[in-house]
Amino acid sequence: MASSRTIASFAVMGVAMVVGTGLSQPAQAMDFAGKTIEWTIPFDEKGGSSKWANFFVPLLSEAMPGNPTVIVKYMPGAGSTKGANWFQRQKHSDGLTMFGSSGSTQFPYLLNDPRVRYEYKDWHPIMATGTGGVAYLPPDLAKKFDGSVNNLKDVNYIYGSQGATRLDLVPLLAWKMLGLKVKPVFGVKSRGQGRLMFERGEANIDYQTSASYLKSVVPLVQEGKAVPIMTWGSLDEDGNIVRDPTFPDVATFKEVCEKTDGCETKGEAWDAWKAFFTAGFPVQKIAFLPAGTPQDVIDVYVKAFEAVRARPDFKKISSKRLGDYPMFVGKGAKAALDRGITVPDSAKQYVINWLKEDYGVVLK
Amino acid sequence: MDFFGTAVPALAAAFDLILSAQVLGYLALGVMMGLAVGVFPGLGGIAGLSLVLPFMFGMDTVSGLALMVGMVAVVPTSDTFASVLMGIPGSSASQATVLDGFPLAKKGEAARALSAAFASSLYGGLVGASFLTFFILVARPIVLAFGLPEMLMVTILGLSMVAILAGRVPLKGIAAACMGLVVGTIGEADAGGSLRMSTYDMPYMMDGLKLVIVGLGIFAVPEIVALLRQDRSIAKDAKLGAGWAQGVRDWWHNKWLSTRCAVIGVIVGVIPGLGGSVVDWIAYGHTVQTTKEKSGFGSGEIRGVIGPESSNNAKEGGGLVPTLIFGIPGSGSMAIFIGAVALLGTGEVELGPQMLSPAYLDITYSIVWLLALANVLGTILCIGLSSFIARLTTIRFTLLAPFLFMLIAFAAFQSRQELADLVALFSVGLLGIFLRRFDWSRPAFLIGFVLSNPAEAFSNQAYQVASSKFALGLDTGFSYLFGPIVIVLIIITVISVVLGIRQAKLIMAEGDVQAGNKLVPAIFMGLVTLYFVVSFWNASYIADRLMGDKIFPMLMSTVGFVCCVIMLLRMRTLPSTDTMFADREVHGVDAEADHGLWPTLAWFAFLLVLSSLVGFILALAVFLMAFMYYRAGLGWARSAVYTASGIVFMCLLAWSLNRDFPPGLLQDYVTLPWPLT
Repeated sequence: MASSRTIASFAVMGVAMVVGTGLSQPAQAMDFAGKTIEWTIPFDEKGGSSKWANFFVPLLSEAMPGNPTVIVKYMPGAGSTKGANWFQRQKHSDGLTMFGSSGSTQFPYLLNDPRVRYEYKDWHPIMATGTGGVAYLPPDLAKKFDGSVNNLKDVNYIYGSQGATRLDLVPLLAWKMLGLKVKPVFGVKSRGQGRLMFERGEANIDYQTSASYLKSVVPLVQEGKAVPIMTWGSLDEDGNIVRDPTFPDVATFKEVCEKTDGCETKGEAWDAWKAFFTAGFPVQKIAFLPAGTPQDVIDVYVKAFEAVRARPDFKKISSKRLGDYPMFVGKGAKAALDRGITVPDSAKQYVINWLKEDYGVVLK
Repeated sequence: MDFFGTAVPALAAAFDLILSAQVLGYLALGVMMGLAVGVFPGLGGIAGLSLVLPFMFGMDTVSGLALMVGMVAVVPTSDTFASVLMGIPGSSASQATVLDGFPLAKKGEAARALSAAFASSLYGGLVGASFLTFFILVARPIVLAFGLPEMLMVTILGLSMVAILAGRVPLKGIAAACMGLVVGTIGEADAGGSLRMSTYDMPYMMDGLKLVIVGLGIFAVPEIVALLRQDRSIAKDAKLGAGWAQGVRDWWHNKWLSTRCAVIGVIVGVIPGLGGSVVDWIAYGHTVQTTKEKSGFGSGEIRGVIGPESSNNAKEGGGLVPTLIFGIPGSGSMAIFIGAVALLGTGEVELGPQMLSPAYLDITYSIVWLLALANVLGTILCIGLSSFIARLTTIRFTLLAPFLFMLIAFAAFQSRQELADLVALFSVGLLGIFLRRFDWSRPAFLIGFVLSNPAEAFSNQAYQVASSKFALGLDTGFSYLFGPIVIVLIIITVISVVLGIRQAKLIMAEGDVQAGNKLVPAIFMGLVTLYFVVSFWNASYIADRLMGDKIFPMLMSTVGFVCCVIMLLRMRTLPSTDTMFADREVHGVDAEADHGLWPTLAWFAFLLVLSSLVGFILALAVFLMAFMYYRAGLGWARSAVYTASGIVFMCLLAWSLNRDFPPGLLQDYVTLPWPLT
């Protein structure tokens, strides 16, 4: 495998040299032939980030000049802060180090987790992808849903949750803002286990990210065992929440909130929800180059990811694996990152207080 | 679903799918890789699958499945080599195999133990696959019937196996299990995120100890050290006794036991969230309970090998059920499997309920076929190799030990890829050495550790759901908690505990241990007591509103503490020859060994300290060289050859898995090329 790849890369290099000398473009000087790019993700082989990175690996290798080998390195630990702290210590040397962060890396950063020794603003984002989420109810409860949850407030809900400081922060805060009496059962191992609790009737409210929803909840909806009530929505160019393109027929949380008594789409709670939603969903996974990377190296990577995105078959091969969400590259990724990490202090404080008051969770 | 209408045509279509040279070729490749990975202790399906993950993107769906299923299916077959030959659990699925497999190897009957294990594995794998064929069509309602109370009861059933493995002093076994349960709670709590026995300043402890490290530390390190102290081979007379044909005959004589254990394996494997780590213990407990003559267990009873090995391959078949039809991993390797399937082909196959729809049923059944074929292929290869590989037991152990230590250090290092992994391995190893020395049940400790997290999580969650069901009405609450499955499981658990306690005295899972000295065993008992006090005190500091985070460690510490105090009180009056004071350093093989415990251990401490200074690979080179020259007494030339081959092997393994080695102080100052980084 390695040898055929080497031969192939030599062949490409040969062609590139002929073409390159003919055109004599200085930008073509950067050549990764025979090199190995290490893409570190702060999780183990099992998680969604592994799936994400491994999807891009062959595409990136093909799009980079000189077709370098790209490998994924796993550095799990401390809820992904270990890997991110490691990446913070990396300085640019040869342009062969990449990092992939996830919502689980951004949340501790936003919540002032004491383990965080990394600073997103130091890094260079080159590509970002997102997802959405759909909340659903059992059919008997969904009957009372009329675009608002006004008739659903006297029910006692159970929600299987992975933990209040995880991605589940977003739905938990949404339930609270809507005034639903939700009792989270914490410590559920995965969203899939949470869905099983719903299927078994142990939980009676749940949400899944888009891909899992399409895969495992849509069959339940068809069987009449679950009814979607809202999505978290999606962000437009200007950062406004709009309907999720994957589920255009389902109302967003924002719409439901507007119609529900006592739920407001402005103020501290809303700002906090929107900030954490942005960090957790539309800008969930980001690929970075380390601090101090020169612009020409960044440009090569950005160009490569642009080429990946521009592949005629990209929509086809990515929709099953990433969902129908925009992939941000270069400047777009930078803007997406800014949205994902810029949270007003008041919103941050609101979430920290809420976590402490409702769940006794203190990060220190 | 109409079985003959839909399943039979799908089965036939599936058979056509896999009947191509390409698919069979990938299957064979997967089997070979699975064998290679499984042979190394501590590396299992997870390491193997991550090896092929980068090649999955866009690969032909059935070929990719063949590669992965081939690998996953044979790991529980080939990991038997380490369990039987070295006394090292090859993976979590074959921990129980060590108990009787290793004593057989010591008697020179390694080939017999191996082939009996392989025959059982094959049979178990096939039972698993055929069971899967029918079961998968009706599995959904059955899996959904297993709610939190049911899963909690299965966990408790697993814990009840402690009764039979507790050893001659039942209280000691319970205390050992409690210790495992409490050690298992170290780190961030699942429910409220409170920290137990750890701080934010030590991120390592926050994630808790990994099973790989605890398994290797508790079983492998003490065994390696004990063998190393006697300068001889594993098989006492360096002879190979009964061969592979005998092993296959042994399996045939016990085919009903094998069938029962395979069924246990499938059923436990089907339940999502439990993982496979308990399967072999439940099967072992069942084997002991259903054997008339129990005195042989622990010293080389072939049934003790056949039971767990029949169950652990069958488990893979069962584990595919939640994976395929719910998209929920039954184990760590299944989690990667799910991720990898999404990369295959055009990504059209997504594991989940639709795998049962007519459009995908042929793919689903092709996985079942592949599973069966991989088991056959893997077993044939393993049995063919067993006589040959069994010769390892006739090699002088001193030459083998440093390489084994190198391997388990590498395996432990896969946990978090930092030096702290080695420190953890060494510390847990030290605990394992003492548990072994003072005849505390190591299986009980391990069962406690493995089940700590499920026991805590399921009881917390079941309690919370139940309390809201009770709020709806007493009936609703009781019918939630005590469904028919729960009641059946309670009955089985009670029977198994009663039988277990009655029979435990007859079973010396780790051989006979003499007593003679009062002071040293009492000191160890005191230290364990102290540990329970500290962990109780530590958990009591968690805020009361996070009761879910503190109640379990406090309760388990209390139980362990009470057991210890009763034993300490009894120690005052008992004579020093009582089994309560069991100590391997008084009489027996360990006491008469050529080398002392501490000098032997010092060699490994040396490797650890040196690694922290100059990084793992440089330290390993110095360690291997020094060990071969001074301890093994080889010449410089031969020492150098052994060292070089060890280093080259290690680098190849790390390179193929994309791993770096733990750096030391030196690497902070100097930038070195791989693998020295």
